[in-house]
Amino acid sequence: MDLDIDEASAAFRDEAREWLASHVRVLPSMDTAEGFTAHREWEAELAEARWSVVSWPAEYHGRDASMLQWLLFEEEYYAARAPGRVSQNGLFMLGPTLFAHGTQEQRDRILPPMARGEQVWAQAWSEPEAGSDIAALRSTAVRTDGGWLLSGQKTWSSRASFADRAFGLFRTDPSAQRHHGLTYFMADLRADGVTVRPIPQLDGEPGFAEIFFDDVFVPDADVIGEAGQGWKVAMTTANNERGLSLRSPGRFLAAASRLVDLWRAEGAPESTKDRVADAWISARAYQLYTFGTVSRLAEGGELGPESSVNKLFWSHLDVALHETALDVLGPAGETDEDWVNGYLFSLAGPIYGGTDQIQRNTIAERLLKLPREARR
Amino acid sequence: MRFQLSPEQRQFSATLHELLGGADTAAAARAWAAGEHDRGLKLWRALADAGVFGLLVAEADGGLGAGAADLVVAFEALGYHAVPGPLAESAAVAPALLTGHRLTSLAEGDLLATVVAPPEVPLALDADVAGVVLDLTGAQCAAETELVRSIDPARRLFRVPGATEAQSPAFDTGVLAVAAQLLGAGQWLLDTSVAYAKQRSQYGRAIGEYQAIKHLLADVVTGLELARPLLYGAAVAEGTFARDVSAAKVMAGDAAYLAARTALQVHGAIGYTAEHDLGLRLTKVRALAGAWGTGSFHRARVLR
Ligand SMILES: Cc1cc2nc3c(=O)[nH]c(=O)nc-3n(C[C@H](O)[C@H](O)[C@H](O)COP(=O)(O)OP(=O)(O)OC[C@H]3O[C@@H](n4cnc5c(N)ncnc54)[C@H](O)[C@@H]3O)c2cc1C
Repeated sequence: MDLDIDEASAAFRDEAREWLASHVRVLPSMDTAEGFTAHREWEAELAEARWSVVSWPAEYHGRDASMLQWLLFEEEYYAARAPGRVSQNGLFMLGPTLFAHGTQEQRDRILPPMARGEQVWAQAWSEPEAGSDIAALRSTAVRTDGGWLLSGQKTWSSRASFADRAFGLFRTDPSAQRHHGLTYFMADLRADGVTVRPIPQLDGEPGFAEIFFDDVFVPDADVIGEAGQGWKVAMTTANNERGLSLRSPGRFLAAASRLVDLWRAEGAPESTKDRVADAWISARAYQLYTFGTVSRLAEGGELGPESSVNKLFWSHLDVALHETALDVLGPAGETDEDWVNGYLFSLAGPIYGGTDQIQRNTIAERLLKLPREARR
Repeated sequence: MRFQLSPEQRQFSATLHELLGGADTAAAARAWAAGEHDRGLKLWRALADAGVFGLLVAEADGGLGAGAADLVVAFEALGYHAVPGPLAESAAVAPALLTGHRLTSLAEGDLLATVVAPPEVPLALDADVAGVVLDLTGAQCAAETELVRSIDPARRLFRVPGATEAQSPAFDTGVLAVAAQLLGAGQWLLDTSVAYAKQRSQYGRAIGEYQAIKHLLADVVTGLELARPLLYGAAVAEGTFARDVSAAKVMAGDAAYLAARTALQVHGAIGYTAEHDLGLRLTKVRALAGAWGTGSFHRARVLR
């Protein structure tokens, strides 16, 4: 076993580092109208230089980068303090879903504008009565000429306030229970019958929104996979969300290194020493764990319930790291904009993408094979 | 990059688990605690035959000339099965301190070595059975004969007046081995708890069906799974060995300790009995968490 980076990957990393060093700039929050526009421009710039989706095939603006190279890119990206990815739901969840289950026509039509930030996607998954238990969703789609009519309400949809399109599950067979009879749709958020109502988040910005569908027409071309098979398709999306793609180790390692620097700059207070070290150790562990996963996948393994281990670990790490930073800052922890924003964002980690409690259930039942708890 | 165990390493691990799984290591550990070393020494010989004590000894000196990653594989298995004896001292540290025929004897399992490294390792483990007591300068020391009781009765400790305080890369290798031993013990605690949770029923259900139990165990898996790559990462790290070894020791120690506390809770009173093998790991984990550098010592090294 080794951690040696091959020459091609090292060259790739150096090229990314160089490009980022001369292009990265600070943008306003993407949860504001102004920030959202600025982020779209950044996405276009990344795409122009072919850094927006390095692991995708060249024909879709990618570089055919290996998973390792993608990880190295992410490390450089966050170390350079480059902006958060406004297109992440599309790039890291819908994109992989289309590669796995989409048609050629769908890939050709949807991926290029997604990669350029021209079309930003929202994940329309949660519903008021279906949070942790997505299979309880109630929104419906009824057959009509050449397509479907969507009705119902989705909620907590990140950046739906500004996004162009959304993907999500709808019930197409009302007689089927739970995860049967669901279909995976893509819908236009500007279509007739769609109402988006922004919901301010903890920081006051409209980071997510409710989406109301009232007989919204969606053509057959916007169904992913077979009608009725939406659950299976959705699991690809979910594993990507929890697993590698949304929370690559790069961002934690970068944040942990910044924390160590901050701690030194604050005079290395003994009271927080152990927690600062723990944050760095955890970020390093997560990086190496991910390298292990990547090696395993490269040898033909699959990303299974281990993605819940990932999620549980990083969500805890992210909160602990930011809490520690605020404590290191002392009274200034109340006002330091960067760390405060990071902290507020970290607090959502144990909730979105499946709560920590749900991840623990998955680990216990699917990884440890403990008996399922009775559920109605 | 290929950050996965090689087929040979997997085979080595399987061999050790098979050897130790059939050897009643628990009985050996209990006898060892009582000062009866015969069973343990038989085990020692079998481990020597499997190559454990020659891993870090060059082939020219009768060893295998293997790497730190192989050492981690071995110590995960040793920790899993609660093997007693000055294992890290002999297999991980002494190879760097001995030469000549004594090194060859060590590799072959004929010589048990123990090591003190004050102030982190002030007492000599199993000095009563070891053929040689060393400090990190490689000097031979004389240990006192009076036993100092450890929380883990299978760790028989002795004071060593006059041992030199010295730094050596061998210290880091010892830390790595102990960290791997901790992780192995933690894994046994988890596996045993999971099996018990499936089989033990209360209020008409397997206790593993209750979320309160599930969530405890899921946290244990997460800790152990993320500690393991730190161990192997340290083993193959170049230039950052000391820092990475410290990181591994901290996380393996914490993960194993959580596994131990959780195992006891999941087992209830049966886990609190002397007959249950859980206790062999619980006390070992507590002892090793502070041995070869406390968490605080290693965290400071990470930030250096
Ligand atoms: C910042 C942020 C962004 C989000 N972005 C999106 C998005 O873009 N698209 C989208 O569709 N959704 C999004 N969500 C919603 C998110 O996916 C849900 O919040 C999440 O699935 C939990 O659902 P809930 O909030 O309804 O909580 P509930 O499911 O009602 O859970 C409440 C509490 O009960 C616990 N609980 C529930 N069931 C169990 C059980 N079986 N065992 C143990 N405990 C249980 C939960 O862990 C939690 O602690 C976002 C959420 C946040 C916070």
